[in-house]
Amino acid sequence: MRKSQQGIFKNIDWLMVIIYLLLVTMGWINIYASVFNEDHYLITDLTQKYGKQMIWIGTSLLLALIILVIDGNFYAAVSWPLWILVLLSLIAVLFFGTEVSGSKSWFRFGEFGIQPAEFAKFATAMVLAKYLSQLNIKMTEVKTKIISSIIIALPIGLILLENETGVALVFFAFILVLYREGLSGNFLLLGVVAIVLFILALLINKTILIIALAIISAILFLFMRKTSQNFILLFSLFVLSSAIIYSVDYAYNHLQSHQKKRIDVFLGKESDIKKAGYNVNQSLIAIGSGGLTGKGFLNGTQTKYDFVPEQSTDFIFCTVGEEWGFAGTAVVIILFLILLLRILFIAERQRSSFSRIYAYGVASILFFHLSVNVGMTIGLAPVIGIPLPFFSYGGSSLWSFTILLFILIKLDAYRLEILR
Amino acid sequence: MNTLSGRKLVIGGIFVAVCAIYLLRLFFIQVMDDSYKLSANNNVLRYMTEYPARGLVYDRYGTLLVYNEVAYDLMVTPRQVKVIDTLDFCKTIGIKKEQFIKKMKQAKAYSSYKESAFEKQLSKETYAALQEKLYKFKGFFVQTRTLRKYPQEIAAHTLGYVGEVNDKIIAANSYYKLGDYIGISGIEKSYEEELRGKKGLKIQMVDVFNRPKGRFKDGIYDTLAVSGQNLVSSLSAKLQKYGEQLLQNKTGAIVAIDPSNGEILASISGPSYNPNLLVGRERTKNYGKLFLDKSLPLFNRALMAYYPPGSTFKLINGLIGEQEQVTFRETRYPCARGYPVMGGKPKCHPHPSPMDLPGAVSTSCNSYFCYVFRSIIDNRKKYANVVEGYNAWRNYVLSFGIGKKIHTDLPQELPGNVPTQAYYDKYFGKNGWKSSTIVSLSIGQGELGVTPLQMANIICSIANKGFYYTPHIVKGIGPKKEPRPEYKIRHYTKIAPEYFEPIIDGMQGAVDHGTSTAARLKDIVVCGKTGTAQNPHGKDHSVFIAFAPRENPKIAVAVLVENGGWGATWAVPIGGLMIEKYLRDSISKPDMEKRMLEGIVLSTEKKKAKETE
Repeated sequence: MRKSQQGIFKNIDWLMVIIYLLLVTMGWINIYASVFNEDHYLITDLTQKYGKQMIWIGTSLLLALIILVIDGNFYAAVSWPLWILVLLSLIAVLFFGTEVSGSKSWFRFGEFGIQPAEFAKFATAMVLAKYLSQLNIKMTEVKTKIISSIIIALPIGLILLENETGVALVFFAFILVLYREGLSGNFLLLGVVAIVLFILALLINKTILIIALAIISAILFLFMRKTSQNFILLFSLFVLSSAIIYSVDYAYNHLQSHQKKRIDVFLGKESDIKKAGYNVNQSLIAIGSGGLTGKGFLNGTQTKYDFVPEQSTDFIFCTVGEEWGFAGTAVVIILFLILLLRILFIAERQRSSFSRIYAYGVASILFFHLSVNVGMTIGLAPVIGIPLPFFSYGGSSLWSFTILLFILIKLDAYRLEILR
Repeated sequence: MNTLSGRKLVIGGIFVAVCAIYLLRLFFIQVMDDSYKLSANNNVLRYMTEYPARGLVYDRYGTLLVYNEVAYDLMVTPRQVKVIDTLDFCKTIGIKKEQFIKKMKQAKAYSSYKESAFEKQLSKETYAALQEKLYKFKGFFVQTRTLRKYPQEIAAHTLGYVGEVNDKIIAANSYYKLGDYIGISGIEKSYEEELRGKKGLKIQMVDVFNRPKGRFKDGIYDTLAVSGQNLVSSLSAKLQKYGEQLLQNKTGAIVAIDPSNGEILASISGPSYNPNLLVGRERTKNYGKLFLDKSLPLFNRALMAYYPPGSTFKLINGLIGEQEQVTFRETRYPCARGYPVMGGKPKCHPHPSPMDLPGAVSTSCNSYFCYVFRSIIDNRKKYANVVEGYNAWRNYVLSFGIGKKIHTDLPQELPGNVPTQAYYDKYFGKNGWKSSTIVSLSIGQGELGVTPLQMANIICSIANKGFYYTPHIVKGIGPKKEPRPEYKIRHYTKIAPEYFEPIIDGMQGAVDHGTSTAARLKDIVVCGKTGTAQNPHGKDHSVFIAFAPRENPKIAVAVLVENGGWGATWAVPIGGLMIEKYLRDSISKPDMEKRMLEGIVLSTEKKKAKETE
């Protein structure tokens, strides 16, 4: 028994574990503060969100232990079956799920619910790692790109069908993984250009934008060597851009009105702070009013009195900002940054490609969540309803992030036992 | 693979860059920018004003003149309004459905989350009916506030009224906030600071639905409302009411003052109105009506109307003559039914001649006082020319509180007019006038303008033999029951006390056997003087000033009845009744009383007086 205990924690990266525990605990305390109910002042009160979160934390720790106990080879082996199982559950939820505010992504079991989309994150990270770690795979090959794209696109498609746009967007983070594994940096650039085009398409009349692009292309061609190759390159780029603009325009016009509003508000096209911009405005007020050291534990009026919406889930960062001030927000961001950089460091020390690629997947997902979630609370990103990892209230998300991270911790602990 | 591992730096770089941007942004909004703190406070803090009870006003005998009555404002928080039985609701508060829709729109336009007044000042009956059903009308609640009530329904001009502050007042005085009430005229205005008390502030925290969440920081910033101070007015409600009755169906003013301390016992301006008209929901409507009324009920004649004092002014001229040593008790001047020096003008009525000073006062001889006036102004032993003489005379006059504001504690007081030397220089040209040019001043006509309050003050100065206390309407402020300190100071005229005897003798004579016998009282020595103020616009004004008793005077009264003709016709009997009412609280001449109460004096004057505001 003693030996096996030693075995579980052997070679474990304690820095990641400690940061994980810190973030989870801080999250719990902030959930307590954000929905504090004087009639149920015990943080362990199971009728309240904070009591429930305690259960989620407890079960997450249990999951973490189980993951550490299981053999390190197991994860690579079950990647495909697990991924297929998650995909099936994503389909099943479309039929048997409960609809919550327009999204059909939850299986409900009495008071508790499970959201399969959350679990698609680590499953996809594993499958991507499994696929790309094969010996004869090269990122430069078209076939690899296509298969990788399919692996990423399938869950996106299913999750979009569930009407969980925010969760679906997370999967685009895997482009960082592909980049690390050899995808041309141009794709990253292209991604950035696509985002810029996306925003421009929404702000500027599309005909004017396309004419402007045509002129820019023409000028570029004048300065480049006038080869047919360059011409084709520029021309196809122009066509691609135009296509993006048209599809964005089309997609935007077919969005649901609340999504349109959010985009409009983020772009500054609409500034009605009472309606669509209300959330961001109140969230800014909450964080901004925190000052250097915050208003103190349980003294956040913005969050406690419900001015900030979703204050225990998507907007949990507001409670940190309001009650703990810049000191609190800086600590949280720096903890996340240390965690992210630590994961990159760990990724690079892996002997197994699977472990390395998986680690990048973990970092990408955590980074996407962090940047979008915190970004929206401080007005630097559009309002996309995704949780802050380890912090936000919710069993599915906490479980999925715990599994995501602890598989990495296990793989890392197991790295020395892998034969080169 | 080695080349690719370099990409970790790119990815790590992205992580660091994004986190750095976020930290900077957080530092900026949390530490550098204070505006969010304000916004957060605006969100959560509701500053609730606790309105103090406005001070009450009593009369000199403790009769309540002004008190507060609870009024009920129906408030609405549009967001909380649930589907209600609109018809029932409208019926209960007595409005139409269209009004309901309009009012809801207004309330929503103001704020969906904050309460605003839906219907102001519900009656007690409406409130009672509504209260039982209020539970059905979610989003509505009733807020109580106070309205001023005037139970005696008298002294409208003196007590004044309150109204909501306007933007100007708010801009000028930070104490007042939108919706506050302030005294607009009368005591309500001049004692605003004493009456209003001090507003309290309760800071409450509310949640996003505007539900109260307790006191901010356990109430350490809260302040309690301090009630306004009660005032004791010098008015006698009984006398005031009596005077108003005497003046009904007449135009004019009565001012009665206690000469021993300057306390105004009654201040009547006719026609008047019921002060309760300017309270509550009907205020605007009523104000409009009063404003347009051709008889100018809003115009406080007692303080604002200029009348020539007429023969009452002879008293002052006589006093000045004595002080100047040009007239003595025994001085006799001839009268040939007029002033002989100027060929019988101004005219006089038949009476024995020549008369001494008291006799001239009693009979109100015009000629006598023309001589007196001339001997003052043309005293070339003392004054080199007419200008010097006139200025000396004018200074005497001003010392009786005429021609300048006497600074009573009521707003709207006007200074009256005693023409200056510059005025005559302009009118007649320099050196273009002499004592005979302005001889009408000797009998109180001409350019002289005196308010009824000033007339009453003149008679106080005479009753006191040479000094007056500034007439004031509030004799006690707050628990100390002291008037403002400036009202305890004697103001001396430029006439020595010994010169008053002959004049007072004359006044007594006027009442006992002269022009003012209608004011005679058994066992009380009344001293008075009639006047007929010439009125170029119509029938002359009837004037009477008197004080009583002769020793230790208790009341000085000035009566002016517009278009009342001879002083003896209306002013003297009314003055006599006022004196008797005050001193005896009973009336010995019921016939005369009846005649005065029922008498109607039609106004023949074209109204050109200034409006109150």
